[in-house]
Amino acid sequence: MSENVARRGFLVGGLGGAALLAAGCTSNEPAAAPSSAAAAPAPAASGNDQPGTKVTIGFSAPAADHGWIAAIAKNAEATAKQYSDVDFKPVEPTNDINQQISAVESLIAQKVNALVILPNDGQQLNQVALQATEAGIPVINLDRVFPDKLAYRTWIGGDNYGMGVAAGHFIGKQLKDKGVSNPVIVEIQGIATLPLTQDRSKGFADALKTYGFSVTAKQDAKFTVETGNQVATSLLQAHKKIDAMWNHDDDQGVGVLAAIKEAGRDEFIMVGGAGSLNAMKEIQSGTSVLKATVTYSPTMASSAIRLARLVAQGKGMSDLVENSVPQSITLASETITKDNVDKYLELGFES
Amino acid sequence: MSEPTTDRRAAGVAALAPARRLGEMRHLGLLVALAILVVIGLVTRPENFATASNLVSILSLAATIGVITVGATFVIIGGGIDLSVGAVMALASVWATTLATQAYGPWVMAICAILVGTGAGLVSGWLIAYGRLVPFIATLAMLVAARGLAQRMSDRRTQLVQPENAALVDLSTTRVLGVPLLVYIFALVVALGWVVLNRTTFGRRTYAVGGNPEAARLAGIDVRRHTMLLYALSGLCCGIAAILIMARTTTGSSTHGDLYELDAIAAVIIGGTLLTGGRGTIIGSILGLLIFTLITNLFILNGLDTSDQLIAKGLIIVVAVLLQRRNLKERST
Repeated sequence: MSENVARRGFLVGGLGGAALLAAGCTSNEPAAAPSSAAAAPAPAASGNDQPGTKVTIGFSAPAADHGWIAAIAKNAEATAKQYSDVDFKPVEPTNDINQQISAVESLIAQKVNALVILPNDGQQLNQVALQATEAGIPVINLDRVFPDKLAYRTWIGGDNYGMGVAAGHFIGKQLKDKGVSNPVIVEIQGIATLPLTQDRSKGFADALKTYGFSVTAKQDAKFTVETGNQVATSLLQAHKKIDAMWNHDDDQGVGVLAAIKEAGRDEFIMVGGAGSLNAMKEIQSGTSVLKATVTYSPTMASSAIRLARLVAQGKGMSDLVENSVPQSITLASETITKDNVDKYLELGFES
Repeated sequence: MSEPTTDRRAAGVAALAPARRLGEMRHLGLLVALAILVVIGLVTRPENFATASNLVSILSLAATIGVITVGATFVIIGGGIDLSVGAVMALASVWATTLATQAYGPWVMAICAILVGTGAGLVSGWLIAYGRLVPFIATLAMLVAARGLAQRMSDRRTQLVQPENAALVDLSTTRVLGVPLLVYIFALVVALGWVVLNRTTFGRRTYAVGGNPEAARLAGIDVRRHTMLLYALSGLCCGIAAILIMARTTTGSSTHGDLYELDAIAAVIIGGTLLTGGRGTIIGSILGLLIFTLITNLFILNGLDTSDQLIAKGLIIVVAVLLQRRNLKERST
């Protein structure tokens, strides 16, 4: 018995200690925090923004494990709040396929008017999206595509191949203008095995080819700051003179830029990917090697909410002739440079 | 008839003696492996490999995990294992880069990282020594929990070191005699680790506790307290490593130090430290780590795939352990 009590005391002590540890200075709240990057572009000048039928929009996305996903959820909510006729019903974000399926099922049961789903995995959530469609709920598929077209009403997402193309054109043009022949072009990828990484690399190589250039070396850096830093440190050693570098992801780019700064290198131009606020500020400063970043913008979540509203209200897109929303929208990857960065700053996401 | 045989045998023994003495030089195998890698580097990338700046890069890359390896060597010699090192470093880096901590300046950030690391180590050590949890379980729990807490605290964001705290980043960018400050910190930690392990009572007790805890207890060593301190020491090293990673990447993030535990343990084992405890050296661990870092460097210099690099590392671990086992057998006969 006394043994038991001692054990219990030990456990309680342990928890108390942990609580004390956690109660220290862990806050991230001070006023110094940059304002939230929720995209709130000016309303389009058309009748579509006038309040219409009241609609309920369900929203399900993975839990944030990256600044990009965090921005997706934030943008969706911010956009929904702009409309008085939208009742926004987000479900608990999760990285568990099973949980996301039951979350979407619960939204179907609540008979929402439209669903916006960014699936953890398009394949594995296809079935539940199909159920929603069969129950008469239009599904707006965000970014990661469902393989079955019957499962969704409209797909909206980014263009990984296009990102590579945009980066390739920016670098190709800059080097051509400088008159560089046989340039050393280095590429730092995210996770090499992902299809999205392969698409980005293919687009990059294809665009460079039109200028007669090719990638000299590429390495994968797993999308984290630390691996970005490690890979860049060694890559800079491997190539004493670089003309251009494309880094697929602005978050790992923080580590890449730290490595470049440490090595004291500035002879090349660097292009980022995704469009984070940090990257935009670097570009804006004008003193960084980072000259541009190509977007894969989480603002697509804002657009998806708008599309869901239009679909649920039976409206079309005002700039198109058709009476209903298109089946598929691939967003163009935009190139942000010092010249246009001011326009994009409010859309940048914190990594 | 018998005379020449003995002669030959004697001659054989005489010839073997220097060879055996060489074999007994603890780190010969490691030095040979390092030399082979250096030769590969010189042959494949003569213009890039043997430069001072590449050498400095290799040392800076090795510094973070090197500091952790020093702590891990103590724990493993003491008969334990610490799986939580990478996660604890991530937690320390996140805790030190929250805006609330950053408001107090770089020194507080550094102290915060060290306190968080040491605190986490103390908790693990306490659970193991007084809570009687198996080290594997206790530190596995700490790995998961620390990673989770780091994610919660940072909201899974990458936290930048603010410009007013750039003094911390100077550790990586300021060079003395061409070498970044963080490499000196690494060297200092290794030197201190060596002194503590080889020249102090604490070090001797570590060998005793790892070699035979019962005998150590009978000899009057407070085995529980010592075990707890070993994990605290490992945590302290994680805290220092967190400072270095903040300096290198200019960030604190819950993704820092992913799989460091495996690299650190592998380096310690390649370095000749027994997983069962009681035997091992700091120098061996550092050589083991340098072998790993050199492999990564060589692969990237040559533009090779990272997957092949993992295969090479796996092979090296197996070969190193096989060689050690042979050495042990030879010594015991």
